[in-house]
Amino acid sequence: MSAGDVGRGTRHTAHELARYERLFAARTRGMRSSAMREMMALTERPEVISLAGGLPDTSTFPPELYARLMAHVAADSTARALQYGPTEGMAAAMECIVQVMAEEGTVVGTEEMIVTTGGQQVIDLVCKALIDPGDAIVAEAPTYPGAVPTFGAYQADVVQIDVDVEGMPIDELEATLDRLLAEGRRPKFLYTIPNFQNPGGVTMSLERRRRLVQIARARELLVLEDNPYGLLRYEGTPLPTLYSLDAADSGRSGKSDFVIYLGTFSKILSPGVRLGWAVAPRPVLEKLNLGKQGADLCSSPVTQLFVAAYFHEHDWRGYLQELRELYRRRRDTMLEALAEHFGEEARWTAPQGGLFIWATLPEYIDTTNLLAQCTDVAFVPGRAAYMDTEGRQGASSMRLNFAGLPEQEIREGIGRIGAAAERQMRLFGALTGAPRRARPAPRPPESTLPTATPDGQPARELEPTAEAGAHTPAPAEVGADKESLADVVELRRRRAGER
Amino acid sequence: MRVAVLEGGRSLERGVSLRSGAHVREALRRAGHEALAIDAGPELVAQLHEQAPDIAFVALHGGEGEDGTVQGVLELLGIPYTGAGPSACMRATDKALAKHLLGEAGIPTPVFRAFAQDSLEGLGLAAGLPELERAPGYPLVVKPAHGGSALGVKFAASAAELPSALVAAFSYDDRVVVERYVKGRDLAVSVLDLEASEAIALPIVEAIPREQDFYAYESRYEIGMTTFVCPAELPEEITLRAQELALATYRLLGCHGVARIDLLLEEESAEPTVLEANVVPGLTETSLLPQAAEAAGIDFDALVGRILQSAFTR
Repeated sequence: MSAGDVGRGTRHTAHELARYERLFAARTRGMRSSAMREMMALTERPEVISLAGGLPDTSTFPPELYARLMAHVAADSTARALQYGPTEGMAAAMECIVQVMAEEGTVVGTEEMIVTTGGQQVIDLVCKALIDPGDAIVAEAPTYPGAVPTFGAYQADVVQIDVDVEGMPIDELEATLDRLLAEGRRPKFLYTIPNFQNPGGVTMSLERRRRLVQIARARELLVLEDNPYGLLRYEGTPLPTLYSLDAADSGRSGKSDFVIYLGTFSKILSPGVRLGWAVAPRPVLEKLNLGKQGADLCSSPVTQLFVAAYFHEHDWRGYLQELRELYRRRRDTMLEALAEHFGEEARWTAPQGGLFIWATLPEYIDTTNLLAQCTDVAFVPGRAAYMDTEGRQGASSMRLNFAGLPEQEIREGIGRIGAAAERQMRLFGALTGAPRRARPAPRPPESTLPTATPDGQPARELEPTAEAGAHTPAPAEVGADKESLADVVELRRRRAGER
Repeated sequence: MRVAVLEGGRSLERGVSLRSGAHVREALRRAGHEALAIDAGPELVAQLHEQAPDIAFVALHGGEGEDGTVQGVLELLGIPYTGAGPSACMRATDKALAKHLLGEAGIPTPVFRAFAQDSLEGLGLAAGLPELERAPGYPLVVKPAHGGSALGVKFAASAAELPSALVAAFSYDDRVVVERYVKGRDLAVSVLDLEASEAIALPIVEAIPREQDFYAYESRYEIGMTTFVCPAELPEEITLRAQELALATYRLLGCHGVARIDLLLEEESAEPTVLEANVVPGLTETSLLPQAAEAAGIDFDALVGRILQSAFTR
């Protein structure tokens, strides 16, 4: 049988598939499914409370508004909506982007902007434009789990730098850049999520932002600033974007020289519209544009016009404010639930915004295995945020999304994870002869620290310190609602791989 | 015939099972059967009642589809089904039981100890764990009693690494097998019933991981991550010995229709040793059983036909 027969209903055998193996590009080796992802697939059942997604809550968007806006698009621009659009994006959508960025104090024009199919496409296009196999990218550790497979597909060598409460430590960054330089290597770009980092929940401090931009200028290092959550700040003072800091120094009338800014409508409006954008220095932008032509010609005019109609007809700032209030309550609920159910040996970040909390359990607990025990609740195992998904890094951590679910389900979900973790702690205690008290004793109020101080400084460490059993401070205001939660339903888990 | 292909299910191998099921259904249709997919979940019995199939083809891997649970349901409903019956499923999927039986029958298998999570506290077993140093002795592999692949399978080089390895393995099962780590080559011998339940051993498949990670999960079954060689390049006496051990294991456990026996060719002794038996082997495009059958001149359609027959020869 020739290879051409396959796919027309004829059977394919193992040998024929082995034949394809020789056809696959070398980069597909970097595109692997993993045990973890197989397990994540199992969590996509309706009875599972999933704290795993990166989802905003789209159920708060009024259906009548959606209908009205689409009717508006139909009445005014059916022909344009159904036609191809310009690769760089439609002017109407770009004007909305200008407004969104201005809201964070970043003034841009439309001439260094490209509208993309979600923010994810920017990551892909930047890699496509800059990365040859083996090229170095510097990223935070942990980093956005969705960027990991993209970097892998372009065969990048990703050097990850551990973040602390103030984001990426700049001294570490300089040391890393020096080390790479000594090896004759210059990273193609630095990837950072400065606000409410995914998955860490931490925010890069103003001082570090300034230093990062100085270093970028001094070393001519491109920075990919991924800022999906900047407008989802629940407390503290907004900080300037890296783009605006660099633009202020560039002398190019508000245009940055070294920062590629990535934005998206996914978290402030809808991920379903699949619209993001990049603002980048002109030469970079041109390459992104060429890359996008090859990828999808243009992003959907239907949704670009929808967004334009939304910004034109609706109080988008008001909707954003509603989201902020909703998500802040949910974040507080999750922080309370964590304090109640996660035990003394766990710690977690208290983000001032965004969608995620990063929780770390004692190092002998592997959250990929913990997920196997949590049959009716899901989270993202920490390993997903590291390039080496089979390694130890991040193995005891997990990413928890607090934005996508109602408060009751957040409490329930955290309770279930806590119960599973407690079983593992008890087991470890039995094995090592050091029985552990998994549930925290009630804490005296004076021992608590605020989750974040009003001036915008988060109060918790991201990574656990070495001292075992150190105490995680509880959030400032622990809610009165302490109903007991259902235990995890045991479901036996069996073989994981194909045989 | 009207064949219900049972696939999916709630085990960690759901994805693989769905692929096996789809592949099997194509083959059944080519052979002129009516093939229906049924996802083995809360609606299983209702769907079987509604569809009223002549036969159920079990394409479920791991969990309830392989440990005898689904087979018990099919017995209750009186629907003929492919492959092993409940007791063989229980013996084969319970690694501790299977290894005890192998040992008693004189079939070589790596030295092991098995215990339950409850015993650690309930019987104070934790105090007995230092005995593992003596036998089986480190390095050890800790496996969930019902686990087959790398999830939950942990390597412990020394006693210090044992507690976290146990915590990991107990995430997947309440019982574990602690086995002496044996270095060697991975061999898989599939066994297939011919007419009148006469079982034959198919050519051996050797899985050679390209990356040297210990038990790298993905490399085992991703195209491009593992090289499969079939028939495995082995001296004839070793091939015969491995096939003989596989057949003996198949009979000992009471398998029926088809099974895949995984062995290890120990580097030091050059002797094959039996690791485990799989009573519902993978039937995807890249699975080992179809490769072995193909090497024996049995194409996938014929293989599926053979397995289908097993429903009527029980």
